[in-house]
This record gives sequence, C-alpha cells and structure tokens, in this order.
Amino acid sequence: MRLVFDDVRLALPEFELNASFDVETNALGIFGPSGAGKTTLLEIVAGLRKPDRGRILLDGVEITSLRARVRRIGYVPQDETLFPHMSVRGNVTYGVGQTFLSGQTRMSGPHWIDDLIDRSVAKLSGGERRRVALARAMMTNPRLLLLDELLAGLDDARKRQLIDLLPRPLIFVSHERDEIAALCEHVVSIDRGQCSPPASLPHTSFSLASRPQLNR
Amino acid sequence: MIAFTIEMALVATALLLVPGTLVAWLLARREWRGKTLVETFVMLPLVMPPVATGLILLQLFGRRGVIGSRLGFDVIFTWRAVVLAMTVMAFPLFVRTARVAFEHVTRRYEEIARTLGATEGRVFFTITLPLASRGIVAGAVIAFARALGEFGATILVAGNIPDQTSTIAVSIYSLVQLGEDHAAMSLLGVSVAISFAAILASELLMRKA
Repeated sequence: MRLVFDDVRLALPEFELNASFDVETNALGIFGPSGAGKTTLLEIVAGLRKPDRGRILLDGVEITSLRARVRRIGYVPQDETLFPHMSVRGNVTYGVGQTFLSGQTRMSGPHWIDDLIDRSVAKLSGGERRRVALARAMMTNPRLLLLDELLAGLDDARKRQLIDLLPRPLIFVSHERDEIAALCEHVVSIDRGQCSPPASLPHTSFSLASRPQLNR
Repeated sequence: MIAFTIEMALVATALLLVPGTLVAWLLARREWRGKTLVETFVMLPLVMPPVATGLILLQLFGRRGVIGSRLGFDVIFTWRAVVLAMTVMAFPLFVRTARVAFEHVTRRYEEIARTLGATEGRVFFTITLPLASRGIVAGAVIAFARALGEFGATILVAGNIPDQTSTIAVSIYSLVQLGEDHAAMSLLGVSVAISFAAILASELLMRKA
C-alpha cells in the first residue's frame, strides 16, 4: 500500500492535527501517547472525520472526499463497538449485505470465530470481543485495515493469537512501542497532533513474510 | 364510549408514529436551517392552552377552513375531529420521548456500520431504530395516555355528541355538569386505571432502555 497524507490538517480542541507524509508499506504503525491524535488520524482515513484541509491518497487514488461507506477501509476501533442488539453472527455478517436480515444464507465468519458465532455479544470476554470486531471488519474484504489499540490490555498469548490473524495492509495504532515493533514495517510518531516522517522498522520475531494479503 | 375513546386514542397514536419518529430523528441527528423554529412549533401544543389549540384546529379544519374546505369530508364534530385533537395534543410528547431515545444511541455504532458499507437507510433501520426502539415504544405509550385524556381541544372541535364524539374526559365533564356525580365517579375510576397502567408501562420500558 502507498499512503500519502498531503498537508492534512484538522483543528482539535487542544491542538491542530498536522500530518504530511508519503509511505509505501504493508504495515504502518502510528505511535504516540494518549490524546496525541492517533485515533483522530485513523478516523480521517476511515472517512468518519473530514480534515479542514489537505488530501489523502491511497494507492494513488484520492479518498479525501469519499464517504466512509464506499472507501472499503475496515476499522476496528478501540472502544466498545459490537452492535449490542445483534448476535455475533449478526455482527460479523453485517457488512456482507442483507444476509442476517433475510436469514436465507447462514453465513459465518472466518474459522477462528467458529466457537463464538452463535453467542450473544453481551457474554463475550474482552479478547473475544476484539476477535469478533476484527472478523467483522475483515468480512467486507477491505483494501486496508485500521486497528486502534487492538492489543491493549491483553496477555502475551492472546496478543500473539490476534497478531497471527492479521491480514495486510494495515495501519496499527498503539502507545506501546513493543507492539508496533512486533507488527509494523514503518512507524509514524505523533505528539500533540504533529506527525513525524515515517521511519522503517527492522523485521522482528513476528515475521511478516507469510501473512495473507488482503485482496485489492 | 370507553371502547370508543380507547379506539380513537389508538388511531391517533398510530397516525403520529411515523411522522413523529421522523421528526424526532431529524431533531436528534441532523443539523438544518430552521431546526429551532420547527422544534418550537412542534412543542407548542404542550404549553398552549388546549382550548387555544382546539380553536386553531377549528379554524383550519372547519368547512371554510384552509384545510377543511379542501378535504371533501367533514372533520369538525365527527370522530375524525376526536382523532385530530388527540393526535395534535399527543404529538409533542411522543416527539420528545423518541428524540431522547435517538440521542441516547451511541453514534459510534452508526459510524462503524457506515465503514462496513451500510447506506444511511440501512444504518437507520438496522442500527439507530432498533437501539432506540424501547424509548420509541415508551413514547407511544405516553402519547396514547395523553390522547385518552384529551379534553380541551376535543370539546371545541368534536363537541359532545353521544355515541358519536363523546370521549371519557368529555363525558366526565358533562356528567358533573348534570349533577350525575355517581356516574362521573365510576368513569373517573376507569380513566385513572387506564392512565395508571399506561404510565407504568412506559416507565418500565424506559427503565430497561
């Protein structure tokens, strides 16, 4: 994926978000302390927030003014966002069309949520919720996946379990340097809205070579 | 007459359900020019004397009224006037309750649905409406209760024609006027019982929402 932020600016209550970079990568980390503007940056890419100015190009195509609905960018936010009035199946198949409404096809998600598919959302643990949210975003076959603090608060075994499931390309937001190092090829640091130029990261124990690619 | 009143209140509630939900959603989720004006206008019947609202309806829906002259059927002093008065008086209560219900739906759910490719219509029908449904039902119950007790506007536009436009509230009034206190008291009992049940149901729904 080639991602270009061309002088993107957005005024926030406490500072101005200011992002300008051009990076060719399959896994971009956004690193910074809490409240630095990481989530806002993801929301701009997802199409949930409009920047005051600037352009965003994904693989050479400008997406700045596209609606979230047509961007085909999967977003797994940090906060609680599984639809509470639907089952796990309803959540996971939501983006695949009217399936869960008509009930004609009993679709399920990827095999790694087989054990959860008929459960009620309210009874899932924190780790299970993230698996379901990830599966839901992946089911729409997005061309880019945005992950906000996906691994925060999980133990090492659960982190590794999730990391192994992640397709590429992705943008991964975290305030933990280790998580970024484990997952990403490049990193952009952000503090009070100011983005650093992208830096490349050495390959680590979580080798990236064998990961499945998302369809373009 | 008890059955007639309940029937008319049900019709009124059914009539305001769709437009009321739409207005509540527009007020809760969209910014548009003239929003404050519409908001104020919708709430007017809540604070105006019901008789004054009735007088406005009489002007509009009378045979020579702006609306009444174009309808091709009589409204005033028919069962339609009963429904009209009930609908107009209950509308603001429903909109208020439904609006709060919509405002309580976390916008994040709607946003996520959009990133999953959902159209605005699909977001509304699969996310917003189901998550606000308890509040909307509670609003409908309150509106129904308000419609049942409607008096001021009803007496003006529908009058008190036995077996045609006579509702519980209007009957209580005329029975007291005629000195038939005993009959008035038993109707009072019925009125209290229905209202109590409706408000209780609405409170229980809101608590679970």
